[in-house]
Amino acid sequence: MNESVKSILYPLLLLLALLALWIVSVRSWGVPNYILPPLESVLDALRRGYIEGAFWKDFGYTMSSMLIGYVCGCSIAFVMGVLFAEFRWLERLLYPFVLGLQSMPKVALAPLILVWFGFGLGSKAVMVGLVCFFPMFINTAVGLKATDPSLIDLMRAFSASRWHILTRIKIPSAASHIFAGLQISVVLGLIGAVVAEFVSSSQGLGYLINAATTTLDTSTMFAALISLAVLGIAGSQLIKFLQRKLVFWDRGDHNQAAA
Amino acid sequence: MMHERISTTAGSPLFRADDLEVTYRSSRGPTKALEHFSTTLAKGEFLSILGPSGCGKSTLLKVAAGLLMPSSGVVELDGRPITGPRRDVGIVFQQATLLPWRTVLDNVMLPIRTLGMDAQAGLARARDLLRLMGLESFEKHYPHELSGGMQQRVGIARGLVHDPSLLLMDEPFAALDAMTREHMMVELQRIWMEARKSVVFITHSIPEAVFLSTRVLVLSPRPARIIKDIAIDLPLPRTQETLASARFGELCGELRAMFSHDKK
Repeated sequence: MNESVKSILYPLLLLLALLALWIVSVRSWGVPNYILPPLESVLDALRRGYIEGAFWKDFGYTMSSMLIGYVCGCSIAFVMGVLFAEFRWLERLLYPFVLGLQSMPKVALAPLILVWFGFGLGSKAVMVGLVCFFPMFINTAVGLKATDPSLIDLMRAFSASRWHILTRIKIPSAASHIFAGLQISVVLGLIGAVVAEFVSSSQGLGYLINAATTTLDTSTMFAALISLAVLGIAGSQLIKFLQRKLVFWDRGDHNQAAA
Repeated sequence: MMHERISTTAGSPLFRADDLEVTYRSSRGPTKALEHFSTTLAKGEFLSILGPSGCGKSTLLKVAAGLLMPSSGVVELDGRPITGPRRDVGIVFQQATLLPWRTVLDNVMLPIRTLGMDAQAGLARARDLLRLMGLESFEKHYPHELSGGMQQRVGIARGLVHDPSLLLMDEPFAALDAMTREHMMVELQRIWMEARKSVVFITHSIPEAVFLSTRVLVLSPRPARIIKDIAIDLPLPRTQETLASARFGELCGELRAMFSHDKK
């Protein structure tokens, strides 16, 4: 069998087995519905949510905060990472603060951010941006600094300007690191969005989970969790796809794929 | 003899270093990398610099490339002091250091584009060099699709594409396996004889230095000083038979003695 078919088929089989286990445990072993809802009621919640359209508003809300926060957070982090790697004095000045902020769990800032930026979409986006910032920032800075010094010498020997070396040599060299930052930020950003919604929100998938808690509506919780998983997987896969297209020369699996 | 002809072109030296000294400032205080270094390089000469690793050979190369200012002394290229990067110098490193996101042809074209030289003429020259390297059918390939030896040949083509008067090579074959190395030695000699470039070749391989050079300098451990300067009088072109000749063995032995003497 083809390797790529296997890598799709095996997890699919496991998924089916888990779903079967789910059905059996609810029907035959009497696991109560508030612990594990029947599969069909989760599907029903998903149908109500996405076919009748009750969840779209929440899905859109979480996705918007995620998108805005992710794009802004990662962009600022990229620029800061470049400045950090290029200017030694800036690194000396800011490094202790960066380290301090990085060691702090950013989600603990959620209540403060809600106070500062209001209870609307803005504060959620700020939260997402904040958690996206560090992995992107650190990866950009590390990637730029990891540029082969011979390559920089070579360009300097051709009298290339600092800007030229940065944009044509260092940034492409750091592309894999930068994409690693983007990848981690997708997952962390989603956590940021949900936490911010937990703290205070009247919309979003996080809010949906929170609201369902009060009525022990586990079906809705499961449906919302599945939606979040879909959002996370879609984001990760999009980044992976872009990485394969743009950083085509640096692929760990390159030889494996050729074999 | 070929060697005779090269020596007669040595009217004015292409490269001249006089009482060169380089001192690095590090956290453990100043380190002298190079001391009382004086030599000249004639046009068309192939000069190898042989020395123990970490002796300051690469420092010398950086000075010649205009990437590092000497602490004292004079360095001149074509009679003018080297005060910064010069466009008439080509560099080849130990690793091929190609841009992985550019094709072979684009990598060879890098100096032309960076220096803002005529692209049309540059392209023709790049293609000529790739043909000379036996890589003409690989110009659209990416570096990761090439073997180590092929990548290094692309690196050499890139070093020559802007028609530099001086080619600086920093242990260019050190990362290659023994078989490829020997093959590349023969290739480099052929290219050197065709392109008639002046070459400064840094190595720690004695046979490599003897096989390729018209002259070999032996450096002492750090701080590097010249402890021997010998002309290699083997007839050109050198071949597999040269490697087996008595004179080749003699010269290698003479150089090897310099190093074993050091350890006593």
